[in-house]
Amino acid sequence: MACNEWLDKLDSYVDGELTPTEAATFGAHLRSCAECAADALQGVQMKRAVQIAGKRYEPSTDLRNKIKKSFGVKSRRGIAAKWKFALIPAVGLLAAALVLTSYLGRERREQQRVYSELADLHVATLASSTQVDVLSTDRHTVKPWFQGKVPFTFNLPDLPGSEFSLLGGRVAYLEQVSGAHLIYQIRKHEISVFIFPDRGDEMRSLPSGPENAVSFNMQTWMKNGLRYFVIGDASKEDIKALSKLLQDAG
Amino acid sequence: MRVPEDRASAASFADLALPLFDQLYNFARWLTQDKAEAEDLVQETYAKALRGFSSFQAGTNFRAWIYRILRNSFLNSRAGLKVTVVIDGEDGEILPTVSSTPESLLMEQATREIVQQALETLPVHFREILLLCDVEDMSYKEIAETLSIPAGTVMSRLSRARKALRVALSEKNQGGGRGL
Repeated sequence: MACNEWLDKLDSYVDGELTPTEAATFGAHLRSCAECAADALQGVQMKRAVQIAGKRYEPSTDLRNKIKKSFGVKSRRGIAAKWKFALIPAVGLLAAALVLTSYLGRERREQQRVYSELADLHVATLASSTQVDVLSTDRHTVKPWFQGKVPFTFNLPDLPGSEFSLLGGRVAYLEQVSGAHLIYQIRKHEISVFIFPDRGDEMRSLPSGPENAVSFNMQTWMKNGLRYFVIGDASKEDIKALSKLLQDAG
Repeated sequence: MRVPEDRASAASFADLALPLFDQLYNFARWLTQDKAEAEDLVQETYAKALRGFSSFQAGTNFRAWIYRILRNSFLNSRAGLKVTVVIDGEDGEILPTVSSTPESLLMEQATREIVQQALETLPVHFREILLLCDVEDMSYKEIAETLSIPAGTVMSRLSRARKALRVALSEKNQGGGRGL
């Protein structure tokens, strides 16, 4: 397929609208075509920029109360007086649900922001001509290389008999905090593993299972004060398998 | 706003509609570009949605349904009438190609404010599709339902909207002054 035909599918790729087969074929093309990889990177960056810029307006407390009240007040009016007492806990629950909704909304926005940033780092690295700063398949070479470069230490799994191979590593930054960025390969897919010091509450709510985020599959967990992220266009099963190897090595 | 006698219906409406409150307000504000009009629009949307909730088919997409109500209410409003012609017509003239790559500039210099300013300059039909896709994270199918347009039009309009945004960002850059 010529690059022009790929370009027609670029938006669909960035928006996660391609079928898994198409996405895998597109992903394979990106690894062999620097020009398309650069376009894909720009597409992801543009989408992320709009995502951040678009979340601009918060409703006023007055409007929030008005909407809440319109549900609460009217509900009471429509129901016999004997139900009034029964409604008190329900209204309390609704208020609690609203608070929770707002809280979860904030957490979700934070989660999306972190995911988008990591997806950017992953794509930017794949598009780069120098993907890694330490080029080695040997974990005993890669791990010591990070000493003095990141403010923590970590263990990497031994990979004999597994389909995964380690390509190398580099230092990455997530909101001015340095961390380790390792690149693994399975078949034709490159997978990024990010390790950062845990930043506490803001990341606590991140889900533990593999999930689809910003067109990629991702899994995250916390262990020994470190937050791990595994992200790539490989299947959820592959992401899960690599995560398991890392968790067992930890 | 009148709540149906049926408590189950009112409760399920609240369960579905209230979690979307913040997002609906953000979208309304982007459409109207005015705080008071956005507040009126959100209240009108909730009132209309509640009245029409009995016609909503369980199992279908509630989010697309209520966003469609909001958007149609906007188009019928004073502010919306000004843009109706553009939305119902063609997607506009062919946009010029950008020689520079504003995305690369984004990496170095762009701020949230600059993208916001660029979004503000876009016609409503481009602004809304970018918001639904990138901010609300709607699928093409949901966007098609919300805007009542075919899926193919979603793709072409989205592509043109992104191109228009790149042009707007590029113009901001070439215009000197602040930002890009």
